[in-house]
Amino acid sequence: MKDIHLIRLRVNGREHELAVEARRTLADMLRDDLGYTGTHLGCEHGICGACTVLVDGAPARSCLMFGVQADGAEISTVEGLADGDRLSDLQQSFSDRHGLQCGFCTPGFLMLAEGYLAQRDSAGGGAEPTEAEIRELVAANLCRCTGYQGIVEAVLATARSRWQRAAGPGPS
Amino acid sequence: MTELGTRPQAVIGARVPRKEDPRLLRGQGRFGADMSRPGQVWARMVRSPVAHGRLRAVHTTRAAAAPGVVAVVTAADLPGRLEIPVRLDVQGIDLTDYLQPVLAAETVRYVGEPLAVVLADDPYLAEDAAELVDADIDAAPAVLDAADGRVAAEFSLGYGDVAAAFDAAEHVVRTEISIGRQGAVPLEPRTLLADPDPVTGRLAIFGMTKVPVFNRDLLASLLGMDETLIHVHAVDAGGGFGARGEFYPEDFLVPWLARTLQRPVKWVEDRTEHLVAVNHSRQQAHRLAAAFDAAGHLLGLRAEVLHDNGAYCRTHGIIVPELTLAMLPGPYRVPAYHGRVRVALTNKTPCGTYRAPGRFEGSAAREQLLDVAAGQLGMDRIELRRRNLLTPAELPCQRAMSTLGTDVVLDDGDYPGLLEAAAAEAGRLGYPVEVSRGQQSGRRRGLGVAAFLEKSGLGPQETADVVVSGTGAVHVYSGGTSLGQGIETVLAQIAADALGVDPAVVSVVNGDTDKQPFGGGSWASRSTVVAGSAVHAAALAVRDRATEVAARMLEAAPGDLVCEDGAISVRGDPAARVTLAEVARATAPASRTLRPGEPAGLSARRRFEVTHMTYPYGVHIAVVDVDPGTGQVEVLRYLVAYEVGRAINPALVEGQLRGGAAQGIGGALLEEFCYDDAGQPQSATFMDYRMPTAAEVPPIDVLVTQDAPAPGNPLGVRGAGEGGVSAAGAVLASAVRDALGLAGSVGQLPLTAARVHELASGGGR
Repeated sequence: MKDIHLIRLRVNGREHELAVEARRTLADMLRDDLGYTGTHLGCEHGICGACTVLVDGAPARSCLMFGVQADGAEISTVEGLADGDRLSDLQQSFSDRHGLQCGFCTPGFLMLAEGYLAQRDSAGGGAEPTEAEIRELVAANLCRCTGYQGIVEAVLATARSRWQRAAGPGPS
Repeated sequence: MTELGTRPQAVIGARVPRKEDPRLLRGQGRFGADMSRPGQVWARMVRSPVAHGRLRAVHTTRAAAAPGVVAVVTAADLPGRLEIPVRLDVQGIDLTDYLQPVLAAETVRYVGEPLAVVLADDPYLAEDAAELVDADIDAAPAVLDAADGRVAAEFSLGYGDVAAAFDAAEHVVRTEISIGRQGAVPLEPRTLLADPDPVTGRLAIFGMTKVPVFNRDLLASLLGMDETLIHVHAVDAGGGFGARGEFYPEDFLVPWLARTLQRPVKWVEDRTEHLVAVNHSRQQAHRLAAAFDAAGHLLGLRAEVLHDNGAYCRTHGIIVPELTLAMLPGPYRVPAYHGRVRVALTNKTPCGTYRAPGRFEGSAAREQLLDVAAGQLGMDRIELRRRNLLTPAELPCQRAMSTLGTDVVLDDGDYPGLLEAAAAEAGRLGYPVEVSRGQQSGRRRGLGVAAFLEKSGLGPQETADVVVSGTGAVHVYSGGTSLGQGIETVLAQIAADALGVDPAVVSVVNGDTDKQPFGGGSWASRSTVVAGSAVHAAALAVRDRATEVAARMLEAAPGDLVCEDGAISVRGDPAARVTLAEVARATAPASRTLRPGEPAGLSARRRFEVTHMTYPYGVHIAVVDVDPGTGQVEVLRYLVAYEVGRAINPALVEGQLRGGAAQGIGGALLEEFCYDDAGQPQSATFMDYRMPTAAEVPPIDVLVTQDAPAPGNPLGVRGAGEGGVSAAGAVLASAVRDALGLAGSVGQLPLTAARVHELASGGGR
């Protein structure tokens, strides 16, 4: 007997209502039930981070969460990053700095970085982002193609430009 | 060559943004698992939990009765006894007795071997039911050491009088090094979706990559179908690196089940399956001996290699040991050489190629030998290499050996020149200063150097179609496949250059067997070289045809026309011009521009044939810190210098080299498939199979040189896919050996913390 739950959640600002089995992972629910196939599964045990999405703004491995745990949550996936035809600054930065090759891990890195940068920003922006800080962040996920250099550079460039923008044309 | 590179805004050599990027960055890529079909059933493999034993029975009754189950099949249900043949012949050696059955029938030979397939309405139910399949196996002892394994093949390659060389030697240097079992491990696990069309009898396949036409033909012969009834669709692939896209048991089972059930069947592998099911690679033991004269010149080289091929010979047959032997002399002057390899079978996952197959292993062995020799001869490591590298005057150099069915003929190049350039670049970047500063402050810091030879551009052929449609859009249908390397962008640049159009109007389809039924696939760093040359030829043929048609439209002589900026115009009279779109429309079937009997359309198919490979070459230099207390190796600096002949897109070449180096750092320091005494895999998760993260990979410096255009293809390209990984084991072994001041070889790769700790405590060989 399947243990089915009726849940409601928002994905990229759009409301969804669905019946989901208790054991179904958030990743499978997003991909196969709701069609957000940009979230990828690389290991299904929480190491590679390809399935990273934002759950109420915080990065989470969607392979390690059940769909039912997202009841009432606001989920952000890679499909929500671009503004129509226009890539987000982070997406554009990945392309400019060759931060992707096969692109399978890319959605996970994008969401990881978006979550981190948003948290950093809401904590007051702090000091100017450094390479070491961003490299440590990027070390949370796995990529088999790029050697990480383009990813670190892309996230760092975006972090710096957002930090500078937030700081405004101040006395510094 | 024609007008390549003569236009003011050259497309070739430009850092054109990748055509693949927008869809991948938006999460709109089409990976195999992203595709679904109405009414599909999900497949789940049941795999052997035992490394070796007699398979008495596979009980499926409970599984078949489980909720949602559509079918459970075992070897008894298959249409006959099916084995997967070898794709790449080696020296005519017959491997028939060692082929893998699509499902085990009488004997299981490794943990992970497919025993049965469960089909269910939902992947969760399929997985539940698979756990109810009960395999009754009489376990037998597992053979885990290749030295104890059944010998599947034994052969030699070489040339010259090796015995005389050793007799005449002033110094004989010997060394041994073993490489651990590693794998390609792309981040996307394998997937396959097979969709039968009851009306046409056709079978659509999503998820086959690398060699789709070969796999289509093999599948057709196994299914007893006409090959043109199978349509392998182009998909995005989450990395290949040699392992993805070979024909595995699942590549028969999923399409066969779809055809049998007349329903779409979808299969998505999980990571643990991937780590025990997909080809492993690299595991080889090497014993080398070199004869030197008093001045340190190599007189002869002997190599004995023991190759652990796992439980079966798969599609790659024994190509990895053959490449090891054929490439082992590398870029050096080796007057006499004898290499012998024994290929043994063990109760572990079967093996195949992994990026730089045979070269990662052989370069590590040879470069350790040279480091040890430099110590014994009292010479500087770089000077010893300088003395022995083939000079430009000695090239081309034919070695009386063959590999991949072609003779080994090293083409043009300047090997010593690149060694100097790499050393100078490392100096400019401060590597030597960093080494001495670290050593002065008491650190165990070492410098590694390794020179190597690569190969690429394997023929025998590649075919490309170039079609211009009525909008002026250019369509390229190539036999390459997109595995993440950016080949769509590269081929678009090549076509755009030949046709004088913006790469933005060029679209490239790779790996669709209907669009390109004669493709050879993407492997062995061949696509830029052979697929690129085929696209180049087809695009030039389209340009010639467009010029001929435009001449009629403009009432001008074809020789007076130029093809640029998407239009054809009279030289010196830019007002007299027609766009490529207008020319394409003028070739429509009802067009009055066409002559009687002239075929309609603006398109061309061309085939590029090549007999010999081209040989890129390079140098890796690295700086490491070794913590003697923990055995931890930290890579501080890493330089890849690589001669690519010509970089179509330098950003992509650099990306290949950086990514390859990261994989090589994994192979040199971290990654190993381990087994316990019973043959149970101990590295079946990413917790245990340790791929490098951004914390282990430093920024990789690259020096891409384009000083030696390849003579064997019209673009002069040499291929860039493997130079980043090829010498990574060699250079990090060299650096660790230097840091620890070892007299002998490091003995083994990967240099895990435990091994380095042992070496640091005096446990080295």
